[in-house]
Amino acid sequence: MAEVIVITSGKGGVGKTTTSAAIGTGLAMRGYKTVVIDFDVGLRNLDLIMGCERRVVYDFVNVIRNEANLTQSLIRDKRVDNLFILPASQTRDKDTLDIEGVERVINQLSETFDYIVCDSPAGIERGAFMAMYFADQAVVVTNPEVSSVRDSDRILGLLASKTKRAEEEREPVKEHLLLTRYEPSRVEKGEMLSVEDVKEILAIPLLGVIPESREVLQASNAGSPIILASESDAGQAYEDAVSRLLGEDLVHRFVEVEKKGFFNRFRLFRS
Amino acid sequence: MRFLEFFRNNRKTTATVAKERLQIIVARERTTRNGPDYLPLMKEELLLVVRKYIQVEEGAVTIQLDKEGDCEVLELNITLPDAPTAS
Repeated sequence: MAEVIVITSGKGGVGKTTTSAAIGTGLAMRGYKTVVIDFDVGLRNLDLIMGCERRVVYDFVNVIRNEANLTQSLIRDKRVDNLFILPASQTRDKDTLDIEGVERVINQLSETFDYIVCDSPAGIERGAFMAMYFADQAVVVTNPEVSSVRDSDRILGLLASKTKRAEEEREPVKEHLLLTRYEPSRVEKGEMLSVEDVKEILAIPLLGVIPESREVLQASNAGSPIILASESDAGQAYEDAVSRLLGEDLVHRFVEVEKKGFFNRFRLFRS
Repeated sequence: MRFLEFFRNNRKTTATVAKERLQIIVARERTTRNGPDYLPLMKEELLLVVRKYIQVEEGAVTIQLDKEGDCEVLELNITLPDAPTAS
């Protein structure tokens, strides 16, 4: 039985696809057979972020409609063993997804995979609902910014009521907060919500804090998941997040301003 | 030292403002979220009924469902306009 993890947020542009690519890749690197599914039907992008856009032949909707089988549609990653991508369709709209079809595909994947990572589209419509419905765990990607935090709270409400686990009154979906695009220097100046602020408002366990990093754009330019840039802060922060997802207890890094030297101690007087 | 801190804390940063605004809006949205599904519709229909007799604004009707011990309290609040329109 595979563990189904949805990467969701409500708001667009906060880093869901970047996170799906990073966490999927990270889990595969630890030896777990992992598939990342793009639920953003109509606006597929996971293939670009993972660098396999030219290898897409069949997609998720083809499989749901029995126009192709899973072996034909799954794209095997060329860099990491155990990693597969199931791309979204570009030509259809979100309404093409039906719950029975999605369930059939997830059940079939569940027979051979350890982890199924569902990259949710933005919004709270059909696509997002389908992506979260079968989830065992949810990573709620949030930026330290008012609209993103509010949308994340709405998504938490849906996770608690509109998922299969909620409907069957089983153990609830395990929720994780992933704070992305974090800038400790701005937090220190009082220009940005802190990790503690966001944790207090959303009241779910913290999976990780990904610092704002120029390397995330560079990674997506190259179609290489950021977690593969093992020297970058963001890549390391994602590695930590994957470890925590697997149950390790690690101290959160990149949440404080890096101490530059002795004179930093006097910042109280400078400000 | 304490003297300096006093001035620092007195300056309200935008992050503090953001946190306070979020706490208020999130708390409000959570109460409607956990409420029964019929609340928003009931609110709309009530507004229509009120408007049949008094010209009130869109946001003039607020409904809140609270719990007091074992008792659920449905609080209905209608703000009437200052000068009643003659009919």
